Amino acid sequence: MEQMIVKVGLASCGLAAGAEDVYLKLREYLGENPGAFRLAETACNGMCFEEPVVELCGLDLGKVTLGRVNPENILPLVQEYKSGKLPSSNIILAERHPAVRNELMANQKRIVLQNCGIIDPLSIGDYEERGGYAALRKALKLSPQAIIDEIQNSGLRGRGGAGFSTGLKWALCAASKSDKKYVICNADEGDPGAFMDRSMLEGDPHKVLEGMIIGAYAMGSDEGYIYCRAEYPLAIKHLNAAIKAAQERNYLGNNILGTGFSFKLHIKEGAGAFVCGEETALIHSIEGKRGMPTIRPPFPAERGLWDKPTNINNVETWANIAWIIQNGAKAFRQMGTQRSPGTKVFALAGMIAGSGLIEIPMGMTLGDIIYKVGGGMKTDKPFKALQIGGPSGGCVPADLLDTIVDYDSITATGAIMGSGGMVVMDTGTCMVDVARYFLNFTQNESCGKCTFCRIGTRRMLEILTRITEGRGVPEDLDKLEDLAKNIIKGSLCGLGQSAPNPVLTTLKYFRDEYLAHINDKRCPAGVCTVLLRFEINPDKCIGCTACARACPVNCISGYVKKPHLIDQSQCIQCGQCYKVCKFDAITKG
Amino acid sequence: MEQDFSRLDHLISVHREKEGALIPLLQAVQELDGYLSRPVLQYISDELGIPAAEIYGVATFYSIFRLQPQGKHIVRICKGTACHVSDANGIKAALLENLGLEAGETTTPDMQFTVVEVACLGCCSLAPVIMVDDQTFGKLKPQMIAGILDRFRDAEV
Repeated sequence: MEQMIVKVGLASCGLAAGAEDVYLKLREYLGENPGAFRLAETACNGMCFEEPVVELCGLDLGKVTLGRVNPENILPLVQEYKSGKLPSSNIILAERHPAVRNELMANQKRIVLQNCGIIDPLSIGDYEERGGYAALRKALKLSPQAIIDEIQNSGLRGRGGAGFSTGLKWALCAASKSDKKYVICNADEGDPGAFMDRSMLEGDPHKVLEGMIIGAYAMGSDEGYIYCRAEYPLAIKHLNAAIKAAQERNYLGNNILGTGFSFKLHIKEGAGAFVCGEETALIHSIEGKRGMPTIRPPFPAERGLWDKPTNINNVETWANIAWIIQNGAKAFRQMGTQRSPGTKVFALAGMIAGSGLIEIPMGMTLGDIIYKVGGGMKTDKPFKALQIGGPSGGCVPADLLDTIVDYDSITATGAIMGSGGMVVMDTGTCMVDVARYFLNFTQNESCGKCTFCRIGTRRMLEILTRITEGRGVPEDLDKLEDLAKNIIKGSLCGLGQSAPNPVLTTLKYFRDEYLAHINDKRCPAGVCTVLLRFEINPDKCIGCTACARACPVNCISGYVKKPHLIDQSQCIQCGQCYKVCKFDAITKG
Repeated sequence: MEQDFSRLDHLISVHREKEGALIPLLQAVQELDGYLSRPVLQYISDELGIPAAEIYGVATFYSIFRLQPQGKHIVRICKGTACHVSDANGIKAALLENLGLEAGETTTPDMQFTVVEVACLGCCSLAPVIMVDDQTFGKLKPQMIAGILDRFRDAEV
């Protein structure tokens, strides 16, 4: 008889949403009813907004994925499936039946994420069953040059954001003569609003390992590092387990699969410095020093870690390698666009209904990502801007949503592809406040080496803060643009060179909003509290006195059952009246 | 002031011969002591022969290192973009109010809680998010904070 399988998604997002309680409930049931089903663990299928997520499979009904389950509703849903019926509620995906989220999934193209949320990340057997390590076996029979050619022909570009040709980078490192070379996986995912690397490492760590082993063989390296953020404890745990399992099967270690090629892999925990995403800074951090960038050339391919030739790729780049080797450069090029082949993983967050992890072919429009893959807006507030590329990126407005996803088209908007963070903003978001938020971030994270980055970003932050507090003057906008230009010119690494992007794009597309703050002392989105003005609509106010009682400075007056009035000269814009009013009689703006 | 640092000797000997081991060593010492005190940094400097200034430079460069004693529980407030646009500031205000901390203060006088801001916890779909020790709490509203902190307070009794 077929065996029913119940898989619980236990990635960080699932755990935070209470998946462990669901898992324990199922385990308890299984203890009382041995053999009722097989209970399995998996990571995140990308639909973080539906967490906790449980997948039922193994019976004729096909695979059925349930969302927003809890310890109370899970057992009845499992029983229904077991008795051959479709669960009566909570279905988000169903292989052979219509389901609410089927279309969102169908519009994706998953190669990097093909195993995430499907396999048990701690089981090397699960990975092998889905074709894992077949690419490595194939690669070890090829010459290193043939592998590099294949990667170069595929047109794969660095998924960390800059979009440099991966094949070319490999070729440069392979050409460097040295007794020792290193390969490094950059998993120091620091962009706020991005969680692609976390999900991939938690969900399918072997895929990254396999890519690295193939790369090491191609470039002639025998030692590698995965530099992972310490804020991702579960990813580190899964990586450690994966390395151990791969060693046991001789995919790692000495004389791999009897070929004479040896490779060992270490994990380095990052210590919390955004700038370490920059490759020279990352190298210094592994060496135990302050993570400060240095001038290139020499590039790491010539002189990197401990002065040896070094190749650094991002998690997603490494995760593409096995697929390319297995399916060929030509198949890879059939996805995406001419200059940006393949797929891209994005982390959708913010005011979008379907926040989570998605993978789409390059060339899809930003609008399709939001509405056909992300399920549209979360609330009835309209779309305002899409933030792409984190603190190095920019805000793209509604009329540019037909921009397609590839490195060059996104750069043309003033944003950057970046590593894949996308934060959707609605009309309740103030773009000046967003620019200030990112400047505050880069200003904190500037390592301090370059004067323009260290002091220039601080001056920009001061100006932006002044504007959000209603003390801006018209000349401020010119000053911001002037500083931005010089910071880009005067900074050594990507952090400084891209730090002004959030300001430049918001100035370009949302200049009116800056002007409203400066000239009218008004925040159109109602975010900058100092600029808020609360007023009582006398037509709606029934005189319940709730606001007057809540006001901490007693500036609301009026008689019971008569419309009240706010004394604007005393108001401190705390918003208490707005919060307590049950009749929508108080306006904010 | 004579202090006993023998508890550190094992860690130092494990890391002594490894290249680039300063950061992992500091991480391990902080794991043990909760923070990196000045005498401890000096001791590591003497033992490894690395100038104290260099060690201090590394310890202050990375946000993970703390040079002051910390509370029993660490509350991390996520200040990522998704949390920022989902009212992370309101969550922070509720936390500080509940713990009776003024702006700029990070640790409660009873050494129960230390509040730190972090760039992004990578759970953006659940914004706004905080992490207490190793547990993540998402989709927060300011009024939920008191209940969450109480769970950890109760654990003390």
